[in-house]
Amino acid sequence: MAITAPPSVFDQILDPAHRADPYPLYAELRRTPVARQTDGTWIVSGYAEIVALLHDPRISSEQHDLPAGAAASPLPPAFLQLDPPEHDRLRRIVTRHYGPPHTPGRVDAMIPDLRRVVSGLVDGLDGSTEVDLVDQVAYPFPVTVICDLLGVPREDEPRFHPWSEALISALDPGSGDQAERQRRRVSAMTEMGQYFAGLIHAHRQAPGSDLLSALATDDSPEGRLTDPQLLTTAFLLLNAGHETTVNLIANGMLTLLRHPDVLARLRREPELVIHLVEELLRYEPPVQFLPNRSALDDIEIGGTTIPAGSPVTLVLAAGSRDPAHVRDPDRFDPDRFDPDRFGLARDTDQHLGFGGGPHYCFGAPLARLETQIALTELSRRLVDPRLVVDPPPYRANPVLRGPQHLRVAIGGVLPAGG
Amino acid sequence: MRLVVDLTRCQGYAQCAFLAPDDFTMQGQGEALLYDPEPADERRERVLRAAAACPVQAIVLDRGPARNGDRAAVPAPRRGGSTGDFLRTGRIVVVGASLAGARAAGALRYKGFRGSLTVIGDEAHDPYDRPPLSKQVQEGRVDAGHTGLPRRRAIEADWRLGVAATGLDLAARQVRLADGSSVGFDRLLIATGVRARPWPDPDEAALEGVLVLRTREDADGLARLLAGRPRRVLVIGAGFTGSEVASVCRTLDIPVTVAEAGAAPLVAALGGTIGAIAAEVQRDAGVDLRCGVRVSALEGEGGRLRRARLSDGSTLDVDVAVAALGGIRNVEWLEGSGLASGPWGVACDAGCRALDANGLVTDDVFVAGDVARAPQPAFGYQFLALEHWGNAVAQAEVAAHNMLSDQAHRWPHLEVPVFWSTQFGHEIKSVGVPNIADEVVVTQGSVPDRRFVAAYGRRGRLVGAVTVDHSTWLDFYKGQIERAAPFPPRWRTVDQPAALEPEPAGFPTHPSPTQDATVVLTGHDPDERRATLLPP
Repeated sequence: MAITAPPSVFDQILDPAHRADPYPLYAELRRTPVARQTDGTWIVSGYAEIVALLHDPRISSEQHDLPAGAAASPLPPAFLQLDPPEHDRLRRIVTRHYGPPHTPGRVDAMIPDLRRVVSGLVDGLDGSTEVDLVDQVAYPFPVTVICDLLGVPREDEPRFHPWSEALISALDPGSGDQAERQRRRVSAMTEMGQYFAGLIHAHRQAPGSDLLSALATDDSPEGRLTDPQLLTTAFLLLNAGHETTVNLIANGMLTLLRHPDVLARLRREPELVIHLVEELLRYEPPVQFLPNRSALDDIEIGGTTIPAGSPVTLVLAAGSRDPAHVRDPDRFDPDRFDPDRFGLARDTDQHLGFGGGPHYCFGAPLARLETQIALTELSRRLVDPRLVVDPPPYRANPVLRGPQHLRVAIGGVLPAGG
Repeated sequence: MRLVVDLTRCQGYAQCAFLAPDDFTMQGQGEALLYDPEPADERRERVLRAAAACPVQAIVLDRGPARNGDRAAVPAPRRGGSTGDFLRTGRIVVVGASLAGARAAGALRYKGFRGSLTVIGDEAHDPYDRPPLSKQVQEGRVDAGHTGLPRRRAIEADWRLGVAATGLDLAARQVRLADGSSVGFDRLLIATGVRARPWPDPDEAALEGVLVLRTREDADGLARLLAGRPRRVLVIGAGFTGSEVASVCRTLDIPVTVAEAGAAPLVAALGGTIGAIAAEVQRDAGVDLRCGVRVSALEGEGGRLRRARLSDGSTLDVDVAVAALGGIRNVEWLEGSGLASGPWGVACDAGCRALDANGLVTDDVFVAGDVARAPQPAFGYQFLALEHWGNAVAQAEVAAHNMLSDQAHRWPHLEVPVFWSTQFGHEIKSVGVPNIADEVVVTQGSVPDRRFVAAYGRRGRLVGAVTVDHSTWLDFYKGQIERAAPFPPRWRTVDQPAALEPEPAGFPTHPSPTQDATVVLTGHDPDERRATLLPP
């Protein structure tokens, strides 16, 4: 009879059975903040160690060795999986049309549209006694926003959603048939590539004010994206734009419903939402860890040495709850990031919700605004909201963690603009 | 509301510029941040969002009088330290009401000091921030009077502003003031900083159009002159202030000549090799940069500057000349006090306690900020005065802590120095002490693209690093400096040049200013042996 080793702490984290509350496992993980797994991967879970590695130029985000049995990707990697200088160059080219220094006001100018979209979705909850805040608000809201920004027809969502699911499931380092998952990923990329190629062709014929039109037609001083680069960038933005913010909004409502006093305060003090969302990014981050990094050199850290060539996973969600970094980390404290509470040492007032270093979340400004606006509107307009099931069912993915559904009983919906 | 961005921390994530684009703008390649220190109230929500979103929490703001109220600071829980009596009834005097003095005053209250606190400042203004004065103020984005430092909570103190300290009597524990009064203290913090070194010829310095740049008034004067579209501006000295003024002139499309006596701009801080890159940046921006050139005369007509004569034989028609010749430490008021003070600053130990003329550490006199000359254990125990924003902040906190602590609980100020400059659309940052280095090598990025990291080594050890639009990596180098990593670096990183070939760093050799001190020794037996510092 074969002797099977008990599952490691990290294996348990990957197990969907622990999706609803992985935090006790993260605490166990942090006992060895830099730990080698049997497969040679190094799991980093301490705040200080994660921050150091996010800013360590000896860490690479490129895929140096494909996993055994993986099919070659039909397209080049997007900037998420590239190192500087190419990462920086591609990201600057895209940023030219999205944010500072060249287009500083773009995200800010989206605020009225964001309010209108959320308001419309909340209108749609009226008349029900029970709603699903994932299906009815947290998912459709960011999808609509990212489609508008990119120039992707909103009504094509049923087509691209399965491709996107296949792509993100390839991020899951958990058990299951990796090779099969990679095959599905490649096939999704191929179909998605054909879809976007058509879309980009159409945007070149008749450019709009959207990001894809701009990227397809405008030459930056650092060059234009090649067509394959444009395709992978489009996948990245579409996926990241709607697979992450959905979790932040859903985790946010779940957390507020579990803390009715905070929900009541938010109704009275709308400005609270600004710091509350920061605490949410710390407490229930939509991206739990960053897999797929590797050490280019031996790195001495956390009392050990990660050898050159080792895969490295940064467990952001564990770091943000490191008691060596924040006081009382398992408490949801909406005032934690209030500047009036700052002492002199400001290092404790940071979280890892959007990562850090050159790969800091590209969509962070948009995700913050979307979540602030959604939580404000939902808290203000839902009458007497209560969780129907707690914990709710979760999506299987351990990296992009969030509820599959969030069923909430409501006593009504207040009118918009009141 | 008022705000200040701690650019020592900023890594150029630009989250503020996304969320409050009217108040925070990224320049050039996108890392150089300029901001409005006093944003209008109608933009309050956006500014709050921007501050909350900063990944490194570099934005410090107050929410305006409505929210600040007069709430006193909430003391932090204390561990160890001073006797309760001193905390309740002690008398602390802080001389200097700029960044270091104001930060120390706030820290003293925050750390639980409830006795009498007097802050003395020679300028009549509430504490204000100086870095914007050479940048956003000169570009006309911000009024010179609108760079007040945020004060999140009222600091309960007797603010004696507009009155300079003129003397110190250590035996009587009194600070003498220019208005003839005296203030007694139990513990004293000296944070009098530096002033701009004036143009040496007083008649030429008095011409309209000739100025220095240090205070709010200086900044207002220069901003008005620049708004009048001068024919040409002459900048004398290409250190950080001079280079920043030249940068602003080019942004405003005003012709500018920079006369630098040394071999390159920023040579004292970055060395000749990296300074040569700074020279290219200036020339590409259209600066008429002349290195190895001195200004021999400034000539006026009717009391107004009209011309400058340079040591290269040329004559320039100029309406404005900015003397950017560095600073003079404000120590004259300490003459005869018995402290080891002089043009080099006020000597102190790593815990900010002043040294007297004998070289003995005092118990009750502390020093912080630009005027402090402290030993740097990590850099060969050299005594260095660091005229950096971040140093003033960090040292003020250490000084405040130590003023309230007994010997067992004192902190050493061991922060690795970091400073920054925003110029020509670039964010230049330095960590460590590059200017003690003998060699330099570009370790990441590309010099032609003007985005790179240069590492500085001294005798085989890493002692400093400079980033140009690459500040995300600064903390890595800081960590490597802290662990005395070998130089040239042997690590393998992303974005690394094919070969690391160190070059001479090219720092001019400067004799230490303390060697100009004249000291006489008297007495014979150890109990009567004394050092006396003679006036310069």
